[in-house]
Amino acid sequence: MSTKNGQQSDGQVERGTFAVKAGLAQMLKGGVIMDVVTADQARIAEEAGACAVMALERVPADIRQDGGVARMSDPRLIKEIMAAVTIPVMAKVRIGHFVEAQILEALGVDYIDESEVLTPADESHHINKHSFTIPFVCGCRNLGEALRRIAEGAAMIRTKGEAGTGDVVEAVRHARSVYGAIRRISRMDADELFTYAKDIQAPYDLVKETAELNRLPVVNFAAGGVATPADAALMMQLGVDGVFVGSGIFKSDDPAKRAHAIVQAVTHFNDPHILAEVSENLGAPMVGINVTELSEAEKLAERGW
Amino acid sequence: MSEVRLGVLALQGAFREHIAMLKRLNVEAAEVRLAQELDDLDGLIIPGGESTSMGLVAERWGLVEPLRRWVQRGKPTWGTCAGMILLAENATGQKLGGQALIGGLDVTVNRNYFGRQVDSFEADLEVPALGDSPFHAVFIRAPAITAVAQGIETLATVASLGEETESVIAAVRKGPILATAFHPELTDDLRWHRYFVKVVTDYKSCTG
Repeated sequence: MSTKNGQQSDGQVERGTFAVKAGLAQMLKGGVIMDVVTADQARIAEEAGACAVMALERVPADIRQDGGVARMSDPRLIKEIMAAVTIPVMAKVRIGHFVEAQILEALGVDYIDESEVLTPADESHHINKHSFTIPFVCGCRNLGEALRRIAEGAAMIRTKGEAGTGDVVEAVRHARSVYGAIRRISRMDADELFTYAKDIQAPYDLVKETAELNRLPVVNFAAGGVATPADAALMMQLGVDGVFVGSGIFKSDDPAKRAHAIVQAVTHFNDPHILAEVSENLGAPMVGINVTELSEAEKLAERGW
Repeated sequence: MSEVRLGVLALQGAFREHIAMLKRLNVEAAEVRLAQELDDLDGLIIPGGESTSMGLVAERWGLVEPLRRWVQRGKPTWGTCAGMILLAENATGQKLGGQALIGGLDVTVNRNYFGRQVDSFEADLEVPALGDSPFHAVFIRAPAITAVAQGIETLATVASLGEETESVIAAVRKGPILATAFHPELTDDLRWHRYFVKVVTDYKSCTG
């Protein structure tokens, strides 16, 4: 057994390669990843058709309300959730906290979210994600941030939005920023791409690859503020590959029904008749916080560099 | 334009990758989300993804029965990973309460046989049906076939985890039905897609 950059090879099979890391995200596309805080909630999410769950102690709305330092969840809770469902289980670590990531890898979670929703552990460095066998998803607000995370080894990206608000405006802003930039660079010549890469502080090779593909080199989900089936379909029509729903489900009146409706909306995001049908009679959504009422210091999306 | 028209089930998962592979072969491919979109298709690919998610969305819009009829009519169908689970007559390691299966392929599939994501792997497989050079296969939280009925042709095997057998089945064919535990759509190797397009073309010329 040899280990190189988180890759393991025993001669016949190779584990932890970028293809298998990015490949799991490709399998999640067109799906909904739901925040859950108990094994029972994980079961509800699985029954509603979630393609994965995010195991955490508090949903972002509660983290926001409680204040204090938000950290990796108790491994016991994560193990209970892993035992309860057959779909992939993700869990969050603080930005730069590579030891929390080592612990989650030891637990065998399927994906690690290096997340701005938790309190950052390092104010200048993100985790070197190449050194892990387990894949990482990271948040971004724009193309430069997305490509910096991919350079560090992220195998999946999510636009940050503003977690725990139920206000989709920031998710829209970040998705428009990323996809607008991709549309612009796909028309740039080589000279312009060099300068653009420098301006957005992203590696030239990844900027060039993105321009040639006319999409990000890895899967990109929307996150932060999705609360209704219409929000989810809006993000899909803007170009994301799937959605994370955090507080939006289990802070609503009827989580099972809303979760099921959002799953249907992500598959049928281009069919307004189906969207109308699944949006009907869902009970009250999470109350939410208007993002314009948050101070800059209260915005989680500002975390990450 | 190609003489056959394929569909890729687009409820959830890696359908875009399959369509891109078919386009490289100049084969027309459509996304299938509703039952009426199966009409006029000559073959169907059920992609990788989460089989529980796909099963639940299919049930909600009445797609499970039309898919069962499609397979029972002997229409060419290829399931990759989650698609293989959905085509299996028996699946073990399912979620509590089981899940909706399409069936039609008389095999037993163990869901996530190879474990969680840390155990996902790439390996070279010998596949005589595709020629001499091995196929580099990507297995992601992959299932394996642990039992087959008579008449099921094994196309590829891969080293097993247990002591009792050396290998488990990773690809099978029965007539117009093809199933692979791994993801040819995540590679640059077009041979599996070409193989399936030939199955579809042969079937169409037989049945007129």
